[in-house]
Amino acid sequence: MPARPRRAAAALATTASIALFASACTGSANNAAADDPNAQTTITFWHGWQDPAEVKAITDNVARFEKAHPNIKVKVVGGINDDKLGQALRAGGSNGPDVVSSFTTSNVGKFCSSGALADLKPFIEKDKLDLDKIFPKVLQEYTQFEGKRCSLPLLSDAYGLYYNKDAFKAAGLDPEAPPKTWSEFAKVAKTLTKPKGDSYERLGFMPNYLGYETVVEHYMSQWKHNGYFDADGRSTVAKDPAFAEMMTYQKSLVDSLGGFQKLDKYRTTFGDEWGAKHPFHTGQVAMQLDGEWRLNFIKKADVGFDVGVAPLPVADDEIAEYGKGYLSGTIMGIAPQSKKQNAAWELLKFMTTDTDAVVGFANDIGNVPSTLEALKSPALKFDPRFKTFLEIAQHPESTTMDGAVNGASYQETLSALAHKYEKGQVPDLKKGLADTAAQIDRDIAATK
Amino acid sequence: MSTDTLPAKAAAAPAAASPGGRNTLRSKRRRNALRTLAFMSPWLIGFGFFFAYPLVSTLYFSFMRYDGLNPPTWRGVENWTYVFSDLPKFWPAMQNTLWLAVVMVSCRVVFGLGIGMLITKIKTGAGIFRTLFYLPYLAPPVAATLAFVFLLNPGTGPVNSLLEAVGIPAPSWFNDADWAKPALTVLAVWGVGDLMVIFMAALLDVPKEQYEAAELDGVSAWQRFRYVTLPNISPIVLFAVVTGIIGAMQYYTQPIVAAKVASGVMGGSGATFQPGYPDDSTLTLPQLVYSLGFSQFNYGAACVVALVLFAFSMAFTALLMRRRGGLIGSGD
Repeated sequence: MPARPRRAAAALATTASIALFASACTGSANNAAADDPNAQTTITFWHGWQDPAEVKAITDNVARFEKAHPNIKVKVVGGINDDKLGQALRAGGSNGPDVVSSFTTSNVGKFCSSGALADLKPFIEKDKLDLDKIFPKVLQEYTQFEGKRCSLPLLSDAYGLYYNKDAFKAAGLDPEAPPKTWSEFAKVAKTLTKPKGDSYERLGFMPNYLGYETVVEHYMSQWKHNGYFDADGRSTVAKDPAFAEMMTYQKSLVDSLGGFQKLDKYRTTFGDEWGAKHPFHTGQVAMQLDGEWRLNFIKKADVGFDVGVAPLPVADDEIAEYGKGYLSGTIMGIAPQSKKQNAAWELLKFMTTDTDAVVGFANDIGNVPSTLEALKSPALKFDPRFKTFLEIAQHPESTTMDGAVNGASYQETLSALAHKYEKGQVPDLKKGLADTAAQIDRDIAATK
Repeated sequence: MSTDTLPAKAAAAPAAASPGGRNTLRSKRRRNALRTLAFMSPWLIGFGFFFAYPLVSTLYFSFMRYDGLNPPTWRGVENWTYVFSDLPKFWPAMQNTLWLAVVMVSCRVVFGLGIGMLITKIKTGAGIFRTLFYLPYLAPPVAATLAFVFLLNPGTGPVNSLLEAVGIPAPSWFNDADWAKPALTVLAVWGVGDLMVIFMAALLDVPKEQYEAAELDGVSAWQRFRYVTLPNISPIVLFAVVTGIIGAMQYYTQPIVAAKVASGVMGGSGATFQPGYPDDSTLTLPQLVYSLGFSQFNYGAACVVALVLFAFSMAFTALLMRRRGGLIGSGD
């Protein structure tokens, strides 16, 4: 290429990059909360629900808001996952959302620290909301990051144990006495397992980390630990013995129920987690670690056996904490680029704090209500079994996962070790956990 | 690029003979250069916006801490050292991409050429076979991958049932780290219709008289292929290899869909999906770019991986283009 065009191209590229950098850098910081929430306006709300019944529930809830605020119209867009959300929040633009919701509480750290979701403090102060009086502690915890509140909880999820009462009876177990400790659980899981050839006719429990909700963080809530990070923000997975205890127990369960290979092959015969052929529905597994929403799926699938619900077992020496569980939920926030943040706040406030709205939505969708008042509301209609989840949600020892600047990345790193360990590929768990902790710290340092 | 300089040179030659002296010569040259530039400007603008600018800014951001929201801040070579020494997923992703570029691309070229040769030889019903082999190429990648994960399911898939029925130990395909990439290769070979069509066109273009001459010399089938067919179609082979490698560098959809479906983690409130299931065996560099940039908000590290990918494909292409002399026959 001759000298001139090359110089021209360079000049052009430089000009273009300067222009684009300038525009890229200015989009984020400006707070545009100057709109009048009483003016006629239309806001856009993005959510992640896909199941038709759940989509209808959210549309009904939005309709209740529009009735209460006739000047604000809400355009609802469903089926949005966190990656799409992250991109839209960064890109901004007039077609982007004003209000967003997400199921992944572990991404709150990323959303708050980067400013992908607007700081809600000015709005909360403006309306003098006392969050301690509105939301349970754990829910307040997972909707903020390092003191920055960029989201509020919209319904929550509590995880417990589902079990097939008919299978319990057939195996000579008391269907009214589900196991309370992990060692009892291991025995029960074994008793419920019926082999067939080199596979299973029925498995007592699918312990593998890919057995749908049997993921590391859900197991972890049943071993006492003080979060995934210490006060300095460093990973605790190597220091806190609870992590090694959980992984050792899970591995013993895998080994005693047939070994990883055999279990994993059986897993591939399972139907979709969100479909009617879920292995618990079909009777392929007799016990399942799952969220409260499974109750609605079970009713819809008409499973043909009696389903029992209980809190998950706890570590043998922590029996005093039986009744606790893992909590997470949907979070709601405001897009910082939105020009209608005050109107957006009205929707967010209504959906997350209005007792009637929260109770109505919880009734429709079968999730645990997210406010203290809604949890006690007499208008809450539920299956008697649902009470177990309401209790788990209010149990003082129930825990959640932590946020981090790089989102769920630290969990992926820990899960990667756990997956290798259950397969028997990690000869030294202590070293594995130490390496994992160092890796988590390095990844966070690289993102900070 | 060499042709761009031609008008300037051609115009400069008569100018040197004119009596105007150095100044006129220079102004003429300048005018010519400007005119060349003007003619080139549509390309230059496109090149600038869609190639040079992204490349330069990728390089720029690779030295920055940038989350896509806040102004970038300088962090030197930290992103580079992080990717090369502290990011454990980088080397598996690199190896997988290399594996796919070599094995998957060779399989596709060999099968595409083989099927193309078979079909050009078929006398009756060639149309039906052509259609049959071309059809899979039209299947959308996500649907095709879903179908293959279903077919190759270790527990319920018909392929393994068949293998087990005839007593062959069936692999776990997409659920086994050793078999996941071969399974992806099987999928890629199944969709080889595009290459088959290109090879067929090339094969039909090979001059008949060369085969006739070879026949008179009494060559074997292999010699006929080696000394007549291959030299004639070598530019097409080169094209297939280069585009195949570029495709392998961008390989994203199929492994991510296969990993999601085979691991059972389709999303929802619970588990977080880790690309690369099982055991990082299907993790490719583009997936790493996506997960670093868009899932972890670490654009700096994502840019480093993107640049590695760029250098990688440039090196592959340059190597192949250099070897062109050996690959393309004397007729070219």
